[in-house]
Amino acid sequence: MTTLKTKVLPAEGHLAATSSGARARHTPLMPSAGMRRVWLTLLGWGIALIIFFPILWMVLTGFKTEAAAIADPSLIFTPTLESYVAVQARADYFKFAMNSVVVAFGSTLLALLIAIPAAYAMAFLPTRRTKATLLWMLSTKMLPPVGVLVPIYLIFRDLGLLDTRSGLIIVYTLMNLPIVVWMLYTFFKDLPRDILEAGRMDGASTFQEVVYLLLPLTLPGIASTGLLSVILSWNEAFWSLNLTSSNAAPLTAYIASFSSPEGLFWAKLSAASTMAIAPILIFGWLTQKQMVRGLTFGAVK
Amino acid sequence: MATLQLHDIVKRFDDTEVIKGVDLEVNDREFVVFVGPSGCGKSTLLRMIAGLESATSGDILIDGVRMNEVGPAERGLAMVFQSYALYPHMTVEDNMGFSLKLAGVPKEERRRKVREAASILQLEPLLERKPKALSGGQRQRVAIGRAIVRNPSIFLFDEPLSNLDAALRVQMRIELARLHEELDATMIYVTHDQIEAMTMADKIVVLQGGVVEQVGSPMELYHHPRNRFVAGFIGSPKMNFLEVERVSAAATGVEVRLPDGDTCTVPVDGSGLDDDALTLGIRPEHLQLDPQGPLSGRIEVIERLGGVTSLYVRMQDTLVTMSADGNVDSRVGDSLRFGFERDCAHLFDGEGLALPSLARHPLAGLNRQDNRAPAAAGRL
Repeated sequence: MTTLKTKVLPAEGHLAATSSGARARHTPLMPSAGMRRVWLTLLGWGIALIIFFPILWMVLTGFKTEAAAIADPSLIFTPTLESYVAVQARADYFKFAMNSVVVAFGSTLLALLIAIPAAYAMAFLPTRRTKATLLWMLSTKMLPPVGVLVPIYLIFRDLGLLDTRSGLIIVYTLMNLPIVVWMLYTFFKDLPRDILEAGRMDGASTFQEVVYLLLPLTLPGIASTGLLSVILSWNEAFWSLNLTSSNAAPLTAYIASFSSPEGLFWAKLSAASTMAIAPILIFGWLTQKQMVRGLTFGAVK
Repeated sequence: MATLQLHDIVKRFDDTEVIKGVDLEVNDREFVVFVGPSGCGKSTLLRMIAGLESATSGDILIDGVRMNEVGPAERGLAMVFQSYALYPHMTVEDNMGFSLKLAGVPKEERRRKVREAASILQLEPLLERKPKALSGGQRQRVAIGRAIVRNPSIFLFDEPLSNLDAALRVQMRIELARLHEELDATMIYVTHDQIEAMTMADKIVVLQGGVVEQVGSPMELYHHPRNRFVAGFIGSPKMNFLEVERVSAAATGVEVRLPDGDTCTVPVDGSGLDDDALTLGIRPEHLQLDPQGPLSGRIEVIERLGGVTSLYVRMQDTLVTMSADGNVDSRVGDSLRFGFERDCAHLFDGEGLALPSLARHPLAGLNRQDNRAPAAAGRL
């Protein structure tokens, strides 16, 4: 987030500088281009800091002792790994992390496999009911998950899916499918039909059309859809807390396990949370360019 | 060898009928142009021939074989799209060779065929480039090259020049005509531009509202339009239409009263004509300044093109276009009298149908091939 802001702001500042510079000749009361730029930069950094502050505070707290963590908030303290050691001694972080990775990527892959053909059909072979189907799909996201907790729990129990990775993968896939189909649909719709038709004239079967033309041409969109799905799955807590206990529990369950049984231990909780969000934060950072490119794919083509 | 027949083709989208029963014959090696205003169904018709759109009813026959249920690729056609529809992620070479790749043609042969097509279109230096790095004209040539590589029995063009600037359009028009000769292939070309139709076609199909208004050679359509629509659509600037009154009608000519009160006889077959209100059609190039002429008006706008000057003359409530000499010394506001060549005038009945001319124009049967044949040159 922050790196993105710092990258964008100077460019905006530059634009503002040239336009206000031109205006300044007519209205001497306008602040100079340089001042404007300074203010904009400060504003940008300020907003970024406010957004980022809770995460920063959590990370810092993780490096404090329990005593320091509940004492007056202070930026000056002696960092210690005490909490991390304590956290790792109680629960194996890597086991949870592995579950998160498998479940997040597994469900994303499965969702894409189902959603790509669905979105293809909706974008290129729409019927009169396509729009309504899309809306209906999205409307399923409006239902509070807790509303279907009991039936899903019972189904999972009977099918032996409780506390299994495959069970979570199924739930996450279903959970993200509407969004994934929607996003892919909008990306696919941006692709000129002519290109696929040219492919058909060239003798491509539907499968070849998808593999040789559609997928390579909408890859930025598919990638950003996949990234979003990974992030949503990674952060999902409701189903993971209710459907897993130990074997398949992902990092969200790991954090939760520190908040309840022992009361509030700010430092340990912060350390555990930091470890839980670190992978996805780094992942998001590394792929942020791809994400932005994907999300603005249609707009700037 | 490739011929195409359409029998009573109808296309309905939901409840709207966009093609209302089209019959058409395209001969081998013919250059056929579908022309008409936007929304007339010409592109839909082409897409049905291509197989990208299914016909609601009717038969599409290629070389006598019904193709309605055959997929686009198996029909042996190639299509050039208005947007070029190049594959943006592939190089020019891969774009052109894509159909061969799908057909499982070995790499070496693919390469050879692509180069062959590229040399016809002078695309060799661009083979490694991606479409992004090409100009509009180059993209257009790649799209044509992609079609050539498939060695189709019929080429389909869907408004291929409309994204190019005027100068390039003229150049590509000439190139396409050359290509038609060189490849000796049947081509069907869709355009809304009647100049493209006139210059390239052996046969023009004028469409309006999903109906074929007339089929014929360019000169046939120009000299013997079947109705008011074709008369107005073919020819540039547009034909002038004057409301006239019938004085008498016979098989040897129809006498009409012109807006200014004079009468004149138009050499068309008026037998059986009983409409009183008729429309006289005169092309701008057939109007001439004449101090004794039967028509008069006041110049409203003058467009000087150098060789030709277009005069827009107000006659009561109609604005008449006249193509005058480039050196004509008229001014806006001048009143003038003018006449027209009777033999070139057209007369339309109350329904807009043309009354048949008494004499067929000598060039009406001429088509593009005749322009080149030495025997035809004698006729000219």
